[in-house]
Amino acid sequence: MTTKTHVQTTINGEPVDFLCEPRQSLLECLRDVIGLTGTKEGCGDGNCGACTVNIDGRIVTSCLVLGVEAQGASIETIEGVADGTNLHPIQLAFLEGAALQCGICTPGFIIATKALLEKNPDPTEHEIRFWLANNLCRCTGYDKIVRAVQDAAKRMQEA
Amino acid sequence: MTTYEPNMVIVGEKFDVVGTRPVRHDGVDKVTGRARYSADSFPNGLLIGKVLRSPHAHARILSIDCSKALALPGVKAVVTADDLPDVSAEIADLEEGAAVNYGFYSRNVLAREKVLYKGHAVAAIAALTSHEAEEALDLIEVKYDVLEPVLNIDEAIRDGAPVLHDRLLTQSSVLFRVGGWGDEPNIPSTNLAMKIVSTEGDVEKAFKDSDVVVERSFSTKAVHQGYIEPQATTAFWDENDRINVWCSTQQVFAFRDHVAAILDVPVGSVTVNPLEIGGGFGGKGQGGVYLEPVAAVLSKKSGHPVKITMTRSEVFKGTGPTAATKIDIKLSANKDGKLTAVKAKLMFDAGAFPGSPVAGGSRTMLGPYVIPNAVVEGWDVVTNVQKSSAYRAPGSPSAAFAMETVVDEIAKQLNIDPIEFRRINGAKEGTRQPANGPVYRKIGYMETLDAAKNHPHYSAPLNHKNQGRGIAAGAWFNFTGPATAIVSVNADGTVALVEGSPDIGGSRAAMAMQVADVLGLKSEDVQPSIASTDSIGYSSGAGGSSVTFKTGIASVEAAEDIKIQMKERAAKIWDVDVNDVEYDKSKIKHVSDPELKFEFRELAAKLNGTGGPIVGRATVNPGGVGNAFAIHIVDVEVDSETGKVEILRYTSIQDVGKAIHPSYVEGQLQGGAVQGIGWALNEEYFFNENGDMLNSSFLDYRMPVSLDLPMIDTVLVEVANPGHPFGVRGVGEACLIPPMAAIANAINDAIGIRMNELPMSPGKIVKSLREI
Repeated sequence: MTTKTHVQTTINGEPVDFLCEPRQSLLECLRDVIGLTGTKEGCGDGNCGACTVNIDGRIVTSCLVLGVEAQGASIETIEGVADGTNLHPIQLAFLEGAALQCGICTPGFIIATKALLEKNPDPTEHEIRFWLANNLCRCTGYDKIVRAVQDAAKRMQEA
Repeated sequence: MTTYEPNMVIVGEKFDVVGTRPVRHDGVDKVTGRARYSADSFPNGLLIGKVLRSPHAHARILSIDCSKALALPGVKAVVTADDLPDVSAEIADLEEGAAVNYGFYSRNVLAREKVLYKGHAVAAIAALTSHEAEEALDLIEVKYDVLEPVLNIDEAIRDGAPVLHDRLLTQSSVLFRVGGWGDEPNIPSTNLAMKIVSTEGDVEKAFKDSDVVVERSFSTKAVHQGYIEPQATTAFWDENDRINVWCSTQQVFAFRDHVAAILDVPVGSVTVNPLEIGGGFGGKGQGGVYLEPVAAVLSKKSGHPVKITMTRSEVFKGTGPTAATKIDIKLSANKDGKLTAVKAKLMFDAGAFPGSPVAGGSRTMLGPYVIPNAVVEGWDVVTNVQKSSAYRAPGSPSAAFAMETVVDEIAKQLNIDPIEFRRINGAKEGTRQPANGPVYRKIGYMETLDAAKNHPHYSAPLNHKNQGRGIAAGAWFNFTGPATAIVSVNADGTVALVEGSPDIGGSRAAMAMQVADVLGLKSEDVQPSIASTDSIGYSSGAGGSSVTFKTGIASVEAAEDIKIQMKERAAKIWDVDVNDVEYDKSKIKHVSDPELKFEFRELAAKLNGTGGPIVGRATVNPGGVGNAFAIHIVDVEVDSETGKVEILRYTSIQDVGKAIHPSYVEGQLQGGAVQGIGWALNEEYFFNENGDMLNSSFLDYRMPVSLDLPMIDTVLVEVANPGHPFGVRGVGEACLIPPMAAIANAINDAIGIRMNELPMSPGKIVKSLREI
């Protein structure tokens, strides 16, 4: 058994400590150690975006980050997007716009969309497609996802 | 004249709930990360399994030594084919006309005498952690006698080719048969597992008498379904020999049956517990059992639940893509535009074991047409690549790529508009499918063609010389099967719906909406869920675009059962004749006494005190399936220097019967179109000469991303299927049939070149441009 490292982080606004092996990815730590299984593994090599989380204001694929690298970091996962039982406007836009079918890619898309809209509150269709090009969806053809992001932008501006 | 707007529905009959767009019932769980998929199962005492895969495309296994691996700390069990029973290679018939040969199935799960492709599972380890299991894999010593592989159809069928199976016979049944063992020592084994021929009329005479004859050859590569969720399974084999499996599958009951057969245990001792499915597209269907028996045996040997999750590379190398194909077509027509004859030979690469979808491809490629003379020959060929699996309209997209481009060529030669040409030759109610196929019942192909022709996309101007427009048609049978539904009335006037068919893209909402419509409730008053195999009657799975049809009928009948019982209960409470009680929307009332009436929820609240709860149920295996037809219109621009094809505009038009939830029907059409765009332009299994797939990551196996695409427009044409109470036809597969041909036809329109190989990648386009 490899010696484990004590990692202190903030996850979704709450302090979270965990022990991890040096070889474990942040994705493994979130899912297998901490129990936050909303972040999904689609490929394990940074190419599908299903494991996208926000670390200190930047979105990353958590399968390419080591758990030990998260020391001191503030992490946002899909579990932290809703405010209690109040869904975030992005979540509502995805729900009401039927922007998901199987749903496995949805957490990654929502985290990525949130980072986009915080940076660019009124993106063009091209900017949305460019920003989300690291998130694979095999069910929807992206049409309703792009429309949901446009709708979410509108909802957030009106809020 | 219809005025078109994006994503429009040409509405047939209107209903209260069916045809509206409520929020789906499982949606909140999926936007909050709470939904549990196959890898999200963490029972106490869980061990992690990892699979050792063959480094050779073709080799005899001489020995497997796991002793060093077992000695590693943290390792709890190993499994090889020696731990599985050697089950019979007899063909077992399943529902939906499918057949399975467990001798092959078991050998694909764990290689027995030979490894037959690079990535074939050889052994597996269960350890405390995934990293320990991975380390242990390196310590398993396998001795191989490496054999020459055959990596494609041409290599497999040449004289003197190495044979994969020691005693495989060529089957010739017109039914789909998955190869058979021969016991006759004097008949040599073969790689040609099946050869089927369907004939009607006299094609040679018709070719001679026709004004135009076009003969072309096509080839397509293996492509993967590309679901984002890798296969994962958790199994626990307990002290009472009960086996519980938690996995994501399109076929809960078939998985149970397959696991029981491969382990040679009674069906009743296996329970499959369905988790959410992160995409399937056929790959998690009838042929999708890979890990479950392996995890079960590891569990039995270790006494712990065992979870195995594939890596993405394992998904590419160890699960079934669709078959690579070679297709020859000869098609003829007269100047009046009437098709006269077709001769087609389809050779499908089944991969390591028999069972490609060649039968589906050869039947559906002619589905949109009336052609009096036809010979269609289908070959199922085994090669040293991954065992092919179902992928959305199995067999049909490749076959349609060939057929629809030849049709386009003939229409151009005759100077007839391609939609008009398809109208002239189009299938209608009462016409017989070519090559002695069945007669069509009510279908909406003509209405679909009309909607395409009238769509503004079809007449919009193109702005550049390298831009072109193409169209193509697609036909798919759609399937049915046994299905069960149970509806329980809650005291608050809501109902719970339990179904046995898994939900791979929103079908739970479609079932709940049908129940709500029958009972006069709102969509959100129905809470749908998918049951384990112990919790509901046998239900066939999510395949063949069948669920909204068959399980929809079961749900409707279960709701009708509720109505009958609610009327009986009201009659009992009022002490009147039940024939004087009627169910009107959500009201139960006496036909003549206006004082005697209940709202559904009022009566629901009284049930326990007036005779007990009410549960409606239905078990069905319905006929009356409605066939689906699609027309796609696509505009492309070809960069003549780089060969890159850009999709400028895309419209998918399909007869959907009745769209229960139009948004999710549109989603099916949009997703199918985009999978087709990937298949058309860049997706392929790329092998080296040793049979190693070189692009087994999402980076190199490049599926379409959002930036590659325009909005995908849809038109839902509703021509009701009389075989379903709301008119439903399956929608999920016909939409992946036309894209490749439509794009090929658009490329031809843009640059004058006929592409006859998929993918139509930039390199191939540039090469073709240099050749003219």
